[in-house]
Amino acid sequence: MSAPLLEVRDLRVEFPTRRGTLTAVDGVSFSIAPGEILGVVGESGAGKSLTGMAIIGLLEPPGRIAAGEIRLEGERIDRLRGEALRRIRGRRIGAIFQDPLTSLNPLYTVGRQLTETILTHLDVSPSEARQRALALLGEVGIPAPEHRLEHYPHQFSGGMRQRVVIALALCAEPRLVIADEPTTALDVSIQAQIIQLLKRLARERGTAVMLITHDMGVIAETADRVAVMYAGRIVEIGPVREVIHAPRHPYSVGLMGSIPKIRTDPARRRERLAQIEGAMPRLGRIPAGCAFHPRCPKRIERCARERPEPTAAGANRVACWLHG
Amino acid sequence: MAEALLRLEDVGRDFDVSRPWLNRVLERLPRQILRAVDGVSFAVHRGETLALVGESGCGKSTVARLIVGLYEPSRGRITFDGVPLTGARDRARVRAVRRRMQMIFQDPYASLNPRWRVREVIAEPLRVLGLARERRDIARRVAELLVQVGLAPEDAEKYPHEFSGGQRQRISIARALAGRPEFLVCDEPTSALDVSVQAQILNLMTDLQRELGLTYLFISHNLAVVSHIADRIGVMYLGRIVELAPAGQLFAHPLHPYTRMLLDAVPDLDMTGKPRAPVAGEVPNPLAPPPGCAFHPRCPHAAERCRRERPELRRAGASEVACHAVHEGRIAA
Repeated sequence: MSAPLLEVRDLRVEFPTRRGTLTAVDGVSFSIAPGEILGVVGESGAGKSLTGMAIIGLLEPPGRIAAGEIRLEGERIDRLRGEALRRIRGRRIGAIFQDPLTSLNPLYTVGRQLTETILTHLDVSPSEARQRALALLGEVGIPAPEHRLEHYPHQFSGGMRQRVVIALALCAEPRLVIADEPTTALDVSIQAQIIQLLKRLARERGTAVMLITHDMGVIAETADRVAVMYAGRIVEIGPVREVIHAPRHPYSVGLMGSIPKIRTDPARRRERLAQIEGAMPRLGRIPAGCAFHPRCPKRIERCARERPEPTAAGANRVACWLHG
Repeated sequence: MAEALLRLEDVGRDFDVSRPWLNRVLERLPRQILRAVDGVSFAVHRGETLALVGESGCGKSTVARLIVGLYEPSRGRITFDGVPLTGARDRARVRAVRRRMQMIFQDPYASLNPRWRVREVIAEPLRVLGLARERRDIARRVAELLVQVGLAPEDAEKYPHEFSGGQRQRISIARALAGRPEFLVCDEPTSALDVSVQAQILNLMTDLQRELGLTYLFISHNLAVVSHIADRIGVMYLGRIVELAPAGQLFAHPLHPYTRMLLDAVPDLDMTGKPRAPVAGEVPNPLAPPPGCAFHPRCPHAAERCRRERPELRRAGASEVACHAVHEGRIAA
């Protein structure tokens, strides 16, 4: 495997509050290679979006990176502020969020937003920027781009709008794209088109993609590797096939079992779904030891006392006392 | 087959989405009518789960709201256990029948009054329907309902904000069950929940159906969820049912090109690394639906007749389907 494009080590995100400091992301480490798609899955509140936000420097105060380091192409970016951070964001890291409307300015035409972003980050003339904007819209599959450049965001449908956001994220040819639930607000037929687009992006441009979603189906089709997060930590990380079809951490096992699958076999169709009892703990009430132990069907005495660190188990790394 | 508990015949609902009168006059705009639901007919049999699936704007939620009476239909007939719910003069009889159905909504954060204790939330239907008057009877029934949905009797004294999304949806279900309904209309009941919590709620709904002999109309956009819970499935596109089939049949042998496309588009855990056929196009503007079959601009099998003539829902093997290509034998059934 080539040298990692993004390297995150022991990342810790904290929120100081009046009632004490809440740790939302705790000791998270992973890397993404050029052209690789890393899926990050987990339920709401697991810390997956905050991890993404920490990488692009968009944590909302009082949230802050309390420990660890983030390296992009070998260079530390977690300490950057102001202008230096802005130069990285958009230029070397692109972002795609769930709701395309919040990423677009409703008062400017799509063409203006694209060309302005290109002119900000790249050393090109206005006419070159326009050409580039046209090419990008074509590349993300928007029909009649010359015509569409003059349109405002509200004149696009939901799927087309998300394509515009992707085009916007790609303007400056970033090396890394962070896509946070990019298909969640879209219907399945549009979702499939956006997935194709992300895959092509990684394959053809060598862009590294961090794909954050709760939709395991999307991950299964798109990602090369998957990280499963629970209560602010990565509990398991490994190749997509391994994590989805042979998960090792009891939480991953429960999560995969609880996903409804389309069954054509009538005997199996209405069988019960595996369920994990209880719910993920709230921030500030995360249990000691392994955060999953109160819900874990396989817990042993040690789990309540000591926190397991991710260790190699087959092709995966698993944070569980049963593995390592 | 069991008797039909609920029957819809050629039901339609229009919404007037015109600009305000002054704009219409000044800008010379015509009235705009949105046909949210058009010519929908189906029956739900006692004890079964019928699911309606489709993408946003296909009219599935409108159908749910027409059935429980949150909207009046613009056309057609709805009957429950043989009693017409639409255009009926005998209001008392309609009210008596309506008590036998309840609805569960998608958002458990919006559907519970945040200033009421859970006890009051669940007791309200008991009082309104006159099922329990004594304080002690009400408390006993509330506790019983909470246990039935997997919560504790002590939870009655808490407020909705003290619960997680999944627990709130359990409270909504307890409230719906308070009036001892036979029929539940569930509009995307698990769409706002995390996947492990969704599994808990789907299992609970299956258990309750078995214990209480409930009949469900289940509205969802998620085909995998529907494949777990439904006996029969209706696929909707732009306000119409395009295919209605037993669940096993629909997934093993989808007939309508739209159903096939939807099934192809669902991301699947077994699809790791496999290439898939790209899905073309998107749902057209419902204010100006295409003539003939509304799906024809996206359909690989569209012919001249599809652009002209709207196909009716007709039987084809074990399924019912509205597609000229299937009925003419142009695509394999």
